Amino acid sequence: MDAVILQILNGLDKGSAYALIALGLTLIFGTLGVVNFAHGALFMIGAFCAVTLQRIFGLSFVTEDPTQKDFLGRPLKVETPYLESWFGPDLGGAIIDWSVPLAILFSIPIMIAVGYIMERGLIKHFYKRAHADQILVTFGLAIVLQEIVKANFGANPIQTPAPEAFRGSFDFGVLLGFDPNAIIYPYWRLVYFGFAGVIIGAVFAFLQFTTFGMVVRAGMADRETVGLLGINIDKRFTIMFGIAAAVAGLAGVMYAPINSPNYHMGMDFLVLSFVVVVVGGMGSLPGAVAAGFLLGVLESFASNSTFKGYIVEFLHVGGTFTEKMIQGLDQIVIYLVAIIILLTRPRGLMGRKGVMEE
Amino acid sequence: MTKSLITRRGMMKNSAIAGAGLAMPTIFTGSSAAAFTNEPTGSTVKFGFNVPQTGPYADEGLDELRAQELAVEHINGMGDGGMLNTFSSKALGGNGVLGKKVEFVTGDTQTKSDAARASAKSMIEKDGVVMINGGSSSGVAVAVQGLCQEAGIIFMAGLTHSNDTTGKDRKANGFRHFFNAYMSGAALAPVLANAYGKERRAYHLTADYTWGWTQQESIQAATEAMGWQTVNNVLTPLASTDFSSYIAPVLNSGADVLVLNHYGGNMINSLTQAVQFGLRDKMVNGKQFEIVVPLYSELMAAGAGSNVEGVYGSMNWNWQLQDAGTQAFVKSFGEKYGRPPSNSAHTCYVQTLLYADAVARAGSFNPCAVAEALEGFEFDGMGNGPTLYRAEDHQCFKDVLVMKGKENPSNQYDTLEIVETTPRAQVEYAANHPMFGGDDASLGSCNAGA
Repeated sequence: MDAVILQILNGLDKGSAYALIALGLTLIFGTLGVVNFAHGALFMIGAFCAVTLQRIFGLSFVTEDPTQKDFLGRPLKVETPYLESWFGPDLGGAIIDWSVPLAILFSIPIMIAVGYIMERGLIKHFYKRAHADQILVTFGLAIVLQEIVKANFGANPIQTPAPEAFRGSFDFGVLLGFDPNAIIYPYWRLVYFGFAGVIIGAVFAFLQFTTFGMVVRAGMADRETVGLLGINIDKRFTIMFGIAAAVAGLAGVMYAPINSPNYHMGMDFLVLSFVVVVVGGMGSLPGAVAAGFLLGVLESFASNSTFKGYIVEFLHVGGTFTEKMIQGLDQIVIYLVAIIILLTRPRGLMGRKGVMEE
Repeated sequence: MTKSLITRRGMMKNSAIAGAGLAMPTIFTGSSAAAFTNEPTGSTVKFGFNVPQTGPYADEGLDELRAQELAVEHINGMGDGGMLNTFSSKALGGNGVLGKKVEFVTGDTQTKSDAARASAKSMIEKDGVVMINGGSSSGVAVAVQGLCQEAGIIFMAGLTHSNDTTGKDRKANGFRHFFNAYMSGAALAPVLANAYGKERRAYHLTADYTWGWTQQESIQAATEAMGWQTVNNVLTPLASTDFSSYIAPVLNSGADVLVLNHYGGNMINSLTQAVQFGLRDKMVNGKQFEIVVPLYSELMAAGAGSNVEGVYGSMNWNWQLQDAGTQAFVKSFGEKYGRPPSNSAHTCYVQTLLYADAVARAGSFNPCAVAEALEGFEFDGMGNGPTLYRAEDHQCFKDVLVMKGKENPSNQYDTLEIVETTPRAQVEYAANHPMFGGDDASLGSCNAGA
């Protein structure tokens, strides 16, 4: 039982990331009708906002300490961050320690600007082109962004730790009456799950309860009619693109302490997020969120060897080729489930007739 | 170079291969007058450095390139000469190789076997290189080694730690200076048993490709010989970045040691996540839970930050060694690039010098003459103590370093400390050892191509 709870928790934080990315993808697809393959890159840029802010806070001046030697026997160059010399080691150190949460504020304007430039500068010119053209141009853009990041930050993952207060893990088991240390979960992953909930709630509230959101929803349903009513829907859609970029970016910022950011992380999430969108139902925001969590949890269970062992035992297929297939389930489970859902519900879990269909 | 270096054995080998070459189509259509593939005719000779310049190991590849460039400088007589001053063989005079100035071209392996083969092929066919050096990843090394064997040029492997490279996939034209998984196990196991006791239960997470498999097998065998038990071994896809769902089952498995058979980005992520899940603060079976990373690199340790503190692993070489060879290399590398060299940089540097030296001793660029000069070659002054290039499998035998993540690093390069230099005798094994292909493994015969 404890193992089941642990895998569900595990799936929820990965599901949070899928849900946030898929939410942005659906927003863009629903409003602009563009299949944005560069959306994973926005997630990655978000994570690198956290890295950048950590670097900015860490900017140091160098003094030579003749009492210590470096690896070549020269006086050791000691680096002291400017923040620590300005505000003292306590406050300065605390600011550096909290660089990831502070990066949320730092990343919002950057992500909105990146989204705005992307939409106005490139994607706008592809609205009337075929989906294949849009996929090619946004995929190319993703590769360009990825290479720019790699040229500046290198190819290795970069450690972006959470604040000291959130390191370590929370003993869930004790809370639920299990033995101590049976269900341990890192604090930051819990924070991530809560954060994702807040962002998802905020986006839904924005669309549901503001006039702006109402117009956007109307535009998603029937763009032409809204245009005929004299509303400049294009401008609003551009803003939605910025918001979608910010959501992906925030998902990336907060993900940085969970998985050290590298230039490739966007691509790792992108493909799966597309599956999430399709499974959830094209154009359905609640569908994207639900499918994100569902597939996150499924993936988590599929990569647990103990559960796979149970399946093998249950089916009596130990030592056969089927056992090998089951052991490799973690890599295909999402696609397998996608196939099953699309065969039974071709519009996805929450897709409705007439939405996003010719 | 006055003495004749053509031996009876080499002569016979060459003629046999020349005969075979005439009968067999090769992938090359070069001048038929050449005695071997890409025989250098002008005043220069070209080396090919095939390293990951993009992809997950790009930083490692960049450090290898730095070292190879430095080696070429030293061979051509520029700079301070580095390890040429401490190398026991004095065949290289700082005027290139056999009077020819060394030039180099580079290729990008992308850490993918097919891309690595394509770039090696292009360097051989278009640029006319006489040898291929470098690389990171055993999957790539085995693939490129096979290509060089077919093409008839020498392959000097870079960072490759799988037993297979000089085990079941060994080739007559391929040579490895780097140590291997078996040696890591042999060096690490006694240190682990000493530090953590002999009654331990280990859980392995293993990267699902040639290197991971052989490393897991080696560590399991070596630790079980010390009395440890192995609870489970779970293979993880190479492309994984989130290991949390692999780590969670470890918590309730009854294991008290986690062995991470991961490298590069995989290792940085799995170690970081294992620490996040509180594994290192856990008590199991009345013992402190421990994590082991059998293969370390400086670049990885820097990436994993404070998570490596106190974690044991092994290395081929480290810049903190105090011997004359290491100091000479660290000085020239450090002055040129402003940072200490990594152990992958070291192995690529040494491999370049060893190749050039073998050519000088053989008096020929003919790969079969070079291979013969390398086989059974004993040398010193390259940072690892007395070293043997074993003739049977083209594997170097030398001391191995057991490392530990430093508790209080004083600067960004000061991440690991040397716990023990395991003597060569302790990590030696028979060339027909079962983990290395047993009696079926064979080098085949040298191919000079052309």
